[in-house]
This record gives sequence, structure tokens and C-alpha cells, in this order.
Amino acid sequence: MTQSTQNRTTGRLMVVPALMVVAVFSLYPAMDSFLLSLYSKFPGPERSFVGLGNYLELFHDPVAHQAFVVTLGFVLLSTTLELLLGTGIALVIHERFKGRGWVRAAVLIPWAIPTVVASQMWRFLLNDQYGAVNAILFGDQVDAYVPWLADPWMAFGAIVLADVWKTSSFAGLLILAGLQVIPDETYDAARIDGATAWQRFWHITLPLLKPALLTALLFRTIDAFRVFDLVFVMTQGGPGDATQVLQFYGYKTLFTEGRVGYGTTISVTVFVAIAILSLFYVRTVGTKLMQREPA
Amino acid sequence: MRNRPVLLGGILLAVLGSLCPFLWFVLTSFKSQIQVEAIPPTWWPDGSLAFYTSALIEQRLFHYIRNSVIVAGATTVVALAVATPAAYALARLRPPGKAWILVGLLCVAMFPPIVIAGPVWQILERLGGLNTHWGLVLPYVSLTLPLAIWILTAFFQELPFELEEAAQVDGCTTWQALYRVVIPLAAPGLFTTAILTFIYAWNEFFFALLILTDPERQTLPVGIALFQGEFIMPWGEIAAASVIATLPLIVIVLLFQRGIISGLSAGAVKG
Repeated sequence: MTQSTQNRTTGRLMVVPALMVVAVFSLYPAMDSFLLSLYSKFPGPERSFVGLGNYLELFHDPVAHQAFVVTLGFVLLSTTLELLLGTGIALVIHERFKGRGWVRAAVLIPWAIPTVVASQMWRFLLNDQYGAVNAILFGDQVDAYVPWLADPWMAFGAIVLADVWKTSSFAGLLILAGLQVIPDETYDAARIDGATAWQRFWHITLPLLKPALLTALLFRTIDAFRVFDLVFVMTQGGPGDATQVLQFYGYKTLFTEGRVGYGTTISVTVFVAIAILSLFYVRTVGTKLMQREPA
Repeated sequence: MRNRPVLLGGILLAVLGSLCPFLWFVLTSFKSQIQVEAIPPTWWPDGSLAFYTSALIEQRLFHYIRNSVIVAGATTVVALAVATPAAYALARLRPPGKAWILVGLLCVAMFPPIVIAGPVWQILERLGGLNTHWGLVLPYVSLTLPLAIWILTAFFQELPFELEEAAQVDGCTTWQALYRVVIPLAAPGLFTTAILTFIYAWNEFFFALLILTDPERQTLPVGIALFQGEFIMPWGEIAAASVIATLPLIVIVLLFQRGIISGLSAGAVKG
């Protein structure tokens, strides 16, 4: 008895420091932001309560609309591509072959590279004069060189490309973990029945892979919503507002323009958008995935 | 996949796609200024180290490296010191609200940085933590704790319970059992967690940008993002600095690829 009570007390003692740090530097700040979004506040001690005024302003703010569309487009496009490429990567590094460890390490390198470095790298690759992409596409025809990051659509494509390059391998790892729990025997019967590789993938692997795919989708969606480094380094939100994602707009409003109340409202909106989309995925896509029988 | 040509094609695509873009940056770092400004670009560098010397000396890259080592190192040590007992308690001692704590941590890990950045900035301003390394380490610890606790809890749960029980029968306290029996057994898990925490802190940019405005204190990602030339973008120096910032990570990935993969999937999938 005393042993178990003592264990209980020790257990609490062991958990408390971690919970304290998280409470002070994550939970309290998030709650404070929710509160602050109800105030009109600028640097300095004063603030005045405006209720949902900031949210109303956000609702009618054309720059915010544009940022919301850009963010949503970025999230949907990049996560879709990352899941597709990630599945391909997972299938390749799941196979047994000589030198697999090296291939796995090579694939992990984009994931390990600092996002700031990846951003500068793609910015230089896409440079209008010295970039490798122009050199590969147009060679000596210097007149044909494209200033990729100066065009709204191309710049948007560029941040998607950089994100996909950097994080497809992370999606791949999560999907790999799903592949590893599918027992080999599952495939044997299908092979005996003469199913082609494509049929085995479509009818056996994919249905069994759904939970892992959903996990990867969730993690990548949450992360893509928070995109900041890529935009800060590659485009600063430009040209115009073509690549201004919500997180960057919030940063500018909060820290550059000093509109603390309104900037916080933008950040809380990002938070709520992530929560809603995550719930939607888990509820709708998740249950559908779990219920649908493999055809 | 018994189809060798398809597999080989997949391997080639994955490896080349992963490495080639960065290789271009590596090549750039060894070029001369004339080569970097050549239009159309030259592919093969003449092996000049000029960009490395000018990045290290004129752009004061040494400061950034030192700051990054301090911040990432301290974050790793503190995060592990706090996460290890917490994860052990969650795995073994069943404190009240265990499930809620684990789910809550997962939710906290999903917070967008910007939603906590403003208030964190104000807390640090009051504590005098702006432009200090500890002022950056504290939020980093908070941001890395959820993943660290998840991975470590998963590792501890897989360890056999009997050894600790034997230790406790022999008169060890829970803490002694943790430090003498469990930690040595869980060393691979601790190591993986340390690596993931280190990589996070080494790469983080957003909080570093906000909290460290004094160039003397800034970390490598901030330095690389804000690299300025007098008239033109110093692409050669940026490439050299990027290679230096990435080199330790490449070494870590080459050495510990296995641990990283199992650690990431333990944190994400077993949850």
C-alpha cells in the first residue's frame, strides 16, 4: 500500500516539471492570444475591449481573404503532392535491396536540412539570371530565362515545390511505418491467384495503408498551415500578395506593424482553421476510410 | 514489387531528387565570384574556398555557429532532463489523468507558433529573456517536449517491467530504479529523442527571428535568412554558410538513419 501511494506521489513529481513548462510557454500563451484577440491593442500598456470587432474586421479584410485562399491552396496542393510522392518513397525504401540504408539516409536529407537553407537553395535555383533551373530549361538562350519568383503563379508554385521537396520524405516515413505492419503473408494468396503488382498495391496495400495515410495527411496538413520560413525567405509574401500565407500576414501585422490585437486575431484564426480541418479529416475522411471495405 | 527495373528507377528518382538540388548549392559554395555571376551558369566549380573564408570571417559565421551550438545543445539537455522522468511516470506509474496528459500534449504540439509567439514574447520581455539564449531555449523546450514525451513513453512501455521490480525489491527508490536500470536500457530511445530535439532546435527559425534581434546572439537559420550583401545578394557566401549549417545534420542522418526513422514513426504512428 505505502509503496503504491509513494509511487503515485513520485509519479506526480516526475510529470509536474514538464507540464509546468508546457503550461507557461504554450498553453497560457495560446489562451492569452484568444483573450487578446478581443481587444484593440498596440504596443504599450493600454488596450480597449472590442468584443468580436477584430474578427468582423478580418471578415471584411480583402488582404486576409487573399491570404486565406493562398494558405488553403498551399495546404491542399502541397499535402496532396507530398502524400503521392511519400507513398512512392515509402514503397521504394520498404523493399529489400543492397544499400538500402544509404538510400534511406539520402531520402532523409531534405527532411534534415534547415527550412531556411532549403528556401535559400530554391530561391537560388530559381534565380532569374544565375539559377540552375533556367540553365537546364533554356541553356544558352539567356533571353528565354524566366524570373520565376517575380510571377504570382510561378512564385506560388515555387513555395509548393520547395515544401514538397523538403517534406515528402517525412510523409514517406510515416507511410513506411504503415507498410511495415502489413504482414508479408497477406500478399502470398494474391500472388498465387496471379494478381499483378499493380492489383496487389491497389487492392491490398492501399486499403491497409489508409490509417498511415491519414496520419501523414494530418501531420502534413497541420504543418503546411504553419508555413512561414519558406515564404519569409523566398518571397516575403510577394509578388503583390500572391504568396502571403496567413501565418506571414499575421507575423507582419503583429510584429512589423505593431497591430497586436488584430495580428493576434489572425493567428487565432489560423489556429481555429487547423483545428477544424483536423477534426474534419479525422471525423469524415477517417471514418470513411475505416468503414470502406477493400473492393 | 518484384519488378527490378521499376524499383531501380524508383531508387534513382528518390535519391537524385533528394540530393541534386542541394548538390547545386554545394557546388556553388566552391565557385569563385566570377563563376557564380556567369550567365548562363557554369556547372563545375574551380574549387575556390573564398566563399568559406569570407562567410566565416566577414559575415561572422563563427558567431552564428557558436550560438546555434549553445541553443540547440541546451535545448536538447533540458528537454531530455524534463521529458525522461515525465515519460517514465506516464509509462509506468499511471499518474491520474494519464490519457488526458498524452492527448493534451499532442494538441499542444499542433499549436501554430504564431498563436503563442506574441504572449511568449511578452513573458520574456518581463523576465528579461529577450536577446538571451535561455530566452530562446525555454520556448524550444516547451515546443519539443510533446514529441519527446511521446517517443520516450512508447520506448519505456516496451521495456520489461521485471528488472525495475527486482531493483525496487532490492531497496531502490523509483528514482534510483529510473537512473540505474531504466535509462541504461532505454539509451537508444533517449539517443533518438536527443537527435530529433537537436535537429528541431538547430533548424528553428520563427522564434529565433522574434526573440534574437541582436546579431551577436542570432542562430544560424536567422543569420542565413538575413544574409545581406552591400549591392548584390551574396549567393556564394549563403551557399557556403548553408553547407556548414547542414553538414552536422547530414552526418547525423548518415550515422543514425535507423534510429531517426523508428523514432519518428514511434512518435507519430503508435499514438
